[in-house]
Amino acid sequence: MAVPHTVDVLVIGGGATGAGVLRDLARRGMTSLLVDREDFATGTSGRYHGLLHSGGRYVGKDKVAARECIEENRVLRRIAPASIEDTGGYFVATPDDPDDYVEAFADNCNQSGVDCDEVRVADLLAREPAINPGIRRAFRVPDGSIEPWGLIEAMVADARARGSDALTYHKVIGMEVAGGRIETVTVRDERTGSVSRVWPKFVVSAAGAWAGQIAALANVKVEMTPGKGTMLVYNYRVTDAVINRCHRSSDGDIMVPIHSVSILGTTDIKVPDPDDYDITRAEIRRLVDEGEKLFPSLREMRILRAYAGVRPLYQAPADTVAGAGNRSISRAHAILDHADQGVDNFVSIVGGKMTTHRLMAEQTVDAVAQKLGNTTACTTADEVLPGMEPGHHYWVGHRLADHEAEGGGDADLLCECELVTRRMAEAYLDTHWPCSIDDVRRGTRVGMGPCQGAFCTFRVAGLVAERLDAHTKATGRPAPGTEPGTPEEVGHAPGSGSLHAAIADRALTAFMRERAKGVRPIASGRQLQELMMTNLVFVDVLGVESLSTASALVFEDEEAVDAAR
Amino acid sequence: MSIADIVREATELPVSRSADECLKCNVCNTVCPVLRVTDKFPGPKYSGPQGQRFRLAHLQPIGGPGSANPPSPDASVDYCSGCGWCTTACPAGVKIAEMNNQARARLREGTRPKLRDWGLGQTDLTGTLGVAFSPIANVAMRNRPLRRAMELAIGVHHKAPVPPFAKRTFHATWKRRQAKAGTGSGKAQPGPDKAIVYFHGCSANYYEPHVAEAAVWVLRRNGFETIVPDQVCCGLPLISNGLYEDARAHACKNAKSLARYAKAGYRIIGTSTSCTHTIKAEYEEMLDMRDEDTRAISAATWDIMEFLLDLHEQGRLDTGFGRLDEDLPYHAPCQLRSHGIGLPALDLFALIPGLRARDMDHDCCGIAGTYGLKREKYDIAMAVGRPLFDKITASGATVAACDSETCRWQIEAATGVRTRHPIEILAESYRAMDRARGTAEPPGA
Repeated sequence: MAVPHTVDVLVIGGGATGAGVLRDLARRGMTSLLVDREDFATGTSGRYHGLLHSGGRYVGKDKVAARECIEENRVLRRIAPASIEDTGGYFVATPDDPDDYVEAFADNCNQSGVDCDEVRVADLLAREPAINPGIRRAFRVPDGSIEPWGLIEAMVADARARGSDALTYHKVIGMEVAGGRIETVTVRDERTGSVSRVWPKFVVSAAGAWAGQIAALANVKVEMTPGKGTMLVYNYRVTDAVINRCHRSSDGDIMVPIHSVSILGTTDIKVPDPDDYDITRAEIRRLVDEGEKLFPSLREMRILRAYAGVRPLYQAPADTVAGAGNRSISRAHAILDHADQGVDNFVSIVGGKMTTHRLMAEQTVDAVAQKLGNTTACTTADEVLPGMEPGHHYWVGHRLADHEAEGGGDADLLCECELVTRRMAEAYLDTHWPCSIDDVRRGTRVGMGPCQGAFCTFRVAGLVAERLDAHTKATGRPAPGTEPGTPEEVGHAPGSGSLHAAIADRALTAFMRERAKGVRPIASGRQLQELMMTNLVFVDVLGVESLSTASALVFEDEEAVDAAR
Repeated sequence: MSIADIVREATELPVSRSADECLKCNVCNTVCPVLRVTDKFPGPKYSGPQGQRFRLAHLQPIGGPGSANPPSPDASVDYCSGCGWCTTACPAGVKIAEMNNQARARLREGTRPKLRDWGLGQTDLTGTLGVAFSPIANVAMRNRPLRRAMELAIGVHHKAPVPPFAKRTFHATWKRRQAKAGTGSGKAQPGPDKAIVYFHGCSANYYEPHVAEAAVWVLRRNGFETIVPDQVCCGLPLISNGLYEDARAHACKNAKSLARYAKAGYRIIGTSTSCTHTIKAEYEEMLDMRDEDTRAISAATWDIMEFLLDLHEQGRLDTGFGRLDEDLPYHAPCQLRSHGIGLPALDLFALIPGLRARDMDHDCCGIAGTYGLKREKYDIAMAVGRPLFDKITASGATVAACDSETCRWQIEAATGVRTRHPIEILAESYRAMDRARGTAEPPGA
């Protein structure tokens, strides 16, 4: 895919907001290009708890955010049905939650327009037996869960159908500012290393927590306050509905069922660099300690991995309160017109959340349209996204039912845990090649189940090698540096065997390292045993140490595993 | 609550949550007798801990019963025979067979049960009617065209093994005999060291009263009188067919009738390994019954071979066994392995002079209760048991032994070899001794 020379708008950042902006621009007739330094949704959009907010979490402190949430909740259910599971949600008052908050909850919901019904505690406990039987009251709200990858792909597809485009693995490395405008933006293809320049009329930064870094390329100052949120993935459905604690939002107070797992969220810790943070054991302890108040058996349940995302929090310089924690920063969004810093064709959209991404995009594009003299109205709330059927929501059993309809069983399953077939993986590779196994994961959920890649990674690596071989056979030339990395980078010594195998090996070890990274902080009990078995499969059975990419040992970090014990 | 109960409560996971224990090691798949012979069942790992992750956490789908999103989206789980080998073999403690069973029940939730599945669960009703009309029923069940019609109408395979009904139930015979002897009124009941409570189950009651008679006779020979309280089907056929509520009703009746004996220290002895396993384990595990009465009867229940071997280990078994000079192929039923008591029948056979009992060492005969009776599963069940049938046929023996009734019927139908309960073999051996000593008493006395 070539980088076009000129576009109306260049959108930086392939998260939900960036994709939403791209779609909105395209629908209003502004041909645009989106670039992301990695795959879609590799930043915050792919690393959140999966909640489609009803607004209930904000009714106590931020009624504007709450109202935006419920309105957008309704819009997304309509336009992105396949990305949403209509789980419903509950706010439950545990013995630890303050009476005044609980008393005011229903009224607060009312004032923000959030549908809220009190339900009998006994009825809820019958439906959701994992909840603390000591809860005093329970309120039902229209929470749901929303899956980012399919949603973003659908928005990009809608934009592409209108002449716009999106390029992943294209990193913005420079901007040329002249005469109070960004003249050109330089992007580098992270896989081939080739550098191109784009002349956009306008630039939108939807880089979220990274907005400060992007703005700096145009000598614009944007002070982000990235807030790290750590989440724990539980092996399966702890609950069928979203369960929140009825108190001011805090750590470890929400469980979101999404796909085949449940996610306990979250912490909120300010981090200086959105690319550099660790998940600490103290955070995990805190999550489980708090989560236990909702689910008394939580400690016995199996955690598959821990992961963290960084909230794109932004606090206008004037609003800064000394010493206030990150939870006090508004979750609302802001559109920053950088004309005030002398760059006239550049805005950044910061703050906000997945549930309101469409609204954020609409308001951003309103600002852009005004500047470009475009008067077309926004239509992103009107039409169902391509590939989705109105009213047909996601449901947890669909993959099992679909696989069953295709004949079922283990045959052709690459990933047994998440029921990913060879056909599904091939289909993803057909449309996304070249890409990494981690991209295949985002597209198909391969490697996301209890074994965390132990039994599927080598199968997917096999597909990657097959594809490289097929390319060579078909073209008579070696496949280009398809996996990120050149022959030198993958450690392929001339004459040491197939370059394709070396690339596939590298893909394998890279993926396994990424998986192991999320398992290590929580590795205990069965998941530690699983890790040991994975080690057995990869090191003792497959001899991963002897691969040409031997530097990339999967579990070299024995110390961490020991510590986890 | 005893310390053992406290430990058990703290360590035992509910069935659904035991999916957490799965390490994906595949041991369950390697032992599954059904997976070995058919593609229709995707295997215990797939249907169990893997499939579990795609089912809703609670029983009702969001949209209510009959909604487009059923709580159990995989109809293939119905091809699990429920033999339980996976659970037995799982090194991590995943309750796979139980999970599959629950998924099967959920598959049927909100829909009316198939007449056949309902009917196969109603063993008391079938048995009562069958015994009442046994002359007609037994002829009918041997009639090929009628059996084909029955297969078409309700889906019970025309070749599936169905034993003849008895002329009178064991229970009725017992009551009549007690009335005649005047027991139960004036005479004091012997204490728990002198008597046991007998759970005859449906098979010994409606089809094989001779098994019950042999049990009573062998027990008396070893100093134990038999008490036969009112009882109903243990409920296993209902559980297997996904009818949990009906099964609970059965379990409650049995608990009500048997608990006072259990609490008084009487042991409850059964001749059906599947009934005794149901009472021992599944009332709590599958039916989630944790009341005091149910726990009392679960703890008091023994398989008869387990009981007799225990007597032997205490030096209290009458080991005056007479010579039986024959080959005896023995099949240990799946349910027996779930008991976790070893193969006590084989240990007892070893006490019989001349008897050459041999473990056929095959996992499953295929019938798995009512599984092999069903039209769509008959061929699978036969394929599962085929190596066992071949071994028994090749042994040239005229009699085989097996602890479980449906397995006996399956083996007999497939091999033509008369297959008996081990208690009948023991009784025969005692009688051989009596004949040798010249002290034989008429059977049934």
